[in-house]
This record gives sequence, structure tokens and C-alpha cells, in this order.
Amino acid sequence: MKYESQGVAKLYFVAAIALFIGQILFGVTMGLQYVVGDFLFPEIPFNVARMVHTNLLIVWLLFGFMGSAYFLVPEEAERELYSPMLAKIMFWIFLVAGALTILGYLLVPYARLAELTMNDLLPTMGREFLEQPTITKIGIVIVALAFIFNIGMTVLSGRKTVINLVLLTGLVGLAVFFLFAFYNPDNLVLDKYFWWFVVHLWVEGVWELIMASLLAYVLIKVTGVDREVIEKWLYIIIAMALISGLVGTGHHFFWIGTPDYWQWLGSIFSALEPIPFFMMTLFAFNVVNKRRRDHPNKAAVLWALGTAVMAFLGAGVWGFLHTLAPVNFYTHGTQITAAHGHMAFYGAYVMVVLTMISYSMPLMRGQKAANETAQKLEIRSFWIMTLSMVAITLLLTGAGVMQVYLQRYSSEPLPFMVVQDKLAVFYWLRELAGLAFLYGLFMYVYSFFAKGKAVEDVA
Amino acid sequence: MRETFTKGMARNIYYGGAVFFFLVLIGLTVDTVRSLPKTDNSQNLTEQVASGKRLWEVNNCIGCHTLLGEGAYFAPELGNVYTRFGESTDAIKAFIKYRPVEGVEGRRSMPQFNLTDEQLEDLAQFLKYVDGIKTARDWPPNVQG
Repeated sequence: MKYESQGVAKLYFVAAIALFIGQILFGVTMGLQYVVGDFLFPEIPFNVARMVHTNLLIVWLLFGFMGSAYFLVPEEAERELYSPMLAKIMFWIFLVAGALTILGYLLVPYARLAELTMNDLLPTMGREFLEQPTITKIGIVIVALAFIFNIGMTVLSGRKTVINLVLLTGLVGLAVFFLFAFYNPDNLVLDKYFWWFVVHLWVEGVWELIMASLLAYVLIKVTGVDREVIEKWLYIIIAMALISGLVGTGHHFFWIGTPDYWQWLGSIFSALEPIPFFMMTLFAFNVVNKRRRDHPNKAAVLWALGTAVMAFLGAGVWGFLHTLAPVNFYTHGTQITAAHGHMAFYGAYVMVVLTMISYSMPLMRGQKAANETAQKLEIRSFWIMTLSMVAITLLLTGAGVMQVYLQRYSSEPLPFMVVQDKLAVFYWLRELAGLAFLYGLFMYVYSFFAKGKAVEDVA
Repeated sequence: MRETFTKGMARNIYYGGAVFFFLVLIGLTVDTVRSLPKTDNSQNLTEQVASGKRLWEVNNCIGCHTLLGEGAYFAPELGNVYTRFGESTDAIKAFIKYRPVEGVEGRRSMPQFNLTDEQLEDLAQFLKYVDGIKTARDWPPNVQG
């Protein structure tokens, strides 16, 4: 760690991991509700558990992105963070606001929460992933602006590297597109159309900029490959991400009452969306093969390569599976979507944050890399979590294919709930895979506390 | 990558591509918003429907159901529930009204939301309005959603 202020990242990462545990606990709860329908009913109905599961994911990834930026930006800019104090204050505000929101979901009925937070003044609640009370959304905007101000001042008054500028662009985009969360017209088609300006333009747009820049940073650090080479890759990857992803938004406009031309535009452009992820895989393996040093942090290198591969599989391949309009006609809103969602989020965003944590945490704890035992455990947890997620994805895909056939494709389509009963075996196995993931996560957390022999720096 | 392909070229593709396709997206958005009245059933978007949408939101219905295929996959699609329930808003209202408070043993069950008769009517009217939205190829593929 070159600059003392990079250390604020640790707070953010600890919170991120804690919320990650919460997310997975609610995940396995929902998984069980899929087969034991009355589990925790009516205390924690499925919709509440799901809201907690998805919102915790979003919040902990945001903590992860912010922590990553606080760690990476000073080093790239070659100066201390503009204001470490502001970063700490915003951390606590965000954490308290996030915790209160989650408690609100769990302790009072959602309609009551809407009343308590005066949703009627500016109704924004009750839309998927944007369930937060309006007041929380305003809080998110304030935290995001303070964060971008802090990072922006650091970047602009320091050395301007491509990584820093791309990261900053991604973060500004994240804040700007979130503003569409405040637009909630009565017209459902309009509502849905612009809802995607948050959701799609985040995960298939500006978040890819953040992801690619974080990955590029870690790869420079662990391989020692020339910055010029890495920056060229970075530009071309994010160029492809936006060229395919912007009009690719159209793959969400097939069946919501929007014009027919989206069938063509959405299909063609979103079919290109795997390209940037494929390039990321090529890029990661290429630079690791050309490495000029063997970094003692083997775990971080594994996470970086894993991110590239799993993002390509989850976001790229599983996205492509159902992105063409004639296919999506049958698969839209089935377990196929759930399968894709799980592997894409894990492969792209969870893993890139864990890559950053893996690389930076030892440095913030005064080591070059975690000790041998800790790394061994971390690597094992990488495989357990990743393979569990592969299993979850395959099982949900199996469930989805059957669901599509029985409910939508066969000559005598069956009702939704009848079909769900027939899928129980897939859901039970998915639950087991979920528990395995949780076990991997506990091992991951434990690896931070494991004692062992310090690693040799062979660089 | 080859040396003839420089970082400057990569950067220009990024900036040029991003700006160009962002403008394309804006253009298509303008066109989409203009042509929506042909399909979005806005002629039936009454006050009642609007308050039904609010009820849909503040009870977090999307946390279990899909609506035009978007949402959670735990409970049936509701974009065509009006058709599935025999074009009867009464059937929709009755279904919501008589959900058992303690659920059904071992099975998924919709929570009891304790809505008033007026709220039930608003919500049913909202679901009827959604069913009237003209989706491409008349999605969903069949009445089961």
C-alpha cells in the first residue's frame, strides 16, 4: 500500500463481505421456499426474502465498488485521497441507511413501510430491484455524489491514467442512470421502458466499465505486464461493451408493448454482448501468460482469471442462450432468466469485487499476500463457490427448459403452479448447491483469520 | 494485439462508438415514446387504474409474480391474468380477498393483504388494463402465461 488513505477501503470491504453473507442466507431461505412453500410464512414471505436477497446484493456490490475505487484511485493518481474523512462519513451513512432499509423490509409490512416513508409524495417503491423507500434512494444519490466528488477530485488533481478515467466514467454513469429510478409514470409501458435505463444500463453498460477497469488494475499489479498493452485492451473491451450494450437494451423491449423493431435491434445488438466478455477472457489469460513476475498472491490471480471466465459464461453465453427474440418469446420470465441472472452477477460483479478484495486486503494488513494456509483456504473457497454457482445455474436451466416446454411449448400447456410442482427435484438440488455455496462463503471468510507460514516474494 | 493497432485507435473506437450508439439509443427512445399510444392501452389508463398500479407497487407484488414477464418467478404471470380468469375482475378480486392468513401447509400461498373492497377494485382494474396492452406477437405464448 503506497498511500495511507487507501486504507479506508478496508471498512468498505468488511461491510461488503458481511452483507454478502446476509444475501446468501436469504438466498438459501428463498431456495427452500421454492419447495417448502410455507417455510417462514407468513413472517417472511417470499417477496420479502427476495427483496432482501437482491437489495443486499446491490448494496454490497456498491460497497465493493466504492472500496475498490478508494484503494485503486490514490495509487493510480499518485496522491492521497482528496478526503479520507468524507469517505469514512459516507461509509457510515450508507451502512446505517442500508441497514435501516433492510430492517424496514423485515419488520413491517411493505405497504406500511411505504406509508411510513411517505412514498405518496414521490412514489418510487415496489419496482423490481428499486424497492427502496424514496428517502433511501435520495440517500443513495447523496452518498454517490459525495463519493464521486471525492474520487473525482483525487483523479483530476493527480496522474490521469486510463484505468482511473474509465473507472470514473463508469461511476459517474452509475450515478446518472440511477436517477431514472425516480421516474415512475402511471403508464406501465413507459415505466418499464425507463426502468431498464437503470437496470440494463447499469449491469450491461456502465458497470462493465467499472469491472473492466478493476480487472485491468489487478492484472497490471499481479503480472507486471506493460501498462500500454493493458490499456489498449481495456479501451477495446469497453468500446465493445457499449457498442453492443447500449442498443442491446432492446432485448428487454420485446414483450412490454414497445414497437416491433426492437425484436430485430434487440436481438442483433444483444447477440454481440458476449464479445466484450470473450475479449476479457482472452485479455486475462493473455496477460497472465505474458507475466513478468510471479506474484506471491496466487489467490488474487485465480480470482482475476475466474472473473473473466465466469463473466463470459454467465453474462455472455447464458445471456446469448435466450436473447434472440424467437427464443425469448418462450423463455421470457422463466427459470432460464433466473439461471442467467445468478451466474452473470456472480461471474461478473461478485467475482471482480472479490478479486479486488483478494489483492488489496493483504496489502492493507501489512503483507504482500496472505499466508500459505489462508491462500489455500481462499483458493478452495473459490472453487466451492464457483462450482456451486455452476451447479445452481445448470439446475435452474434444467428447470427452465422443462418449464418452457410444459407451460408454454407443448400442445397442452399446463398452469404455472402445476408445472412448478413438477420441477421440485431441480429446486431441491439447487437448494443443496446453495448450501454448498454458503459453506464455501464461510470458508472464504475464515481464510482471513487463518494463521500460517508467510509467503515468499519470488518476484 | 498487433503494433499497428495503437492505443489511440482503441480509444477513438471507444469514444466514437459510445457517443454514436448512445445517440442512436436516444433517437430510438424518442421514436418509441411517440409510437407508444398505439399499443400501451393508455386510453384506458383511468384514475382507478393509476391507484391500482400504486397498490400493485406498495404491496410488492413483483416480488413473487411476473408482469409482462418481468419480476420474480415464484408465482404466476399476471399480465394476462384477466384473460386467464375468464375476463372477470370479480374472480381476480375474490382470489386476492380470500387468501388464508396462515398460508397453506407445505405449499406456496399468497399473503393476505387485507385490502378494502375499493382497493380490490382498483387493483383488478389495473390488471385488466395491463391485459389490454398490445404486446408483440400477443405475448405470453398462451393463456397459462
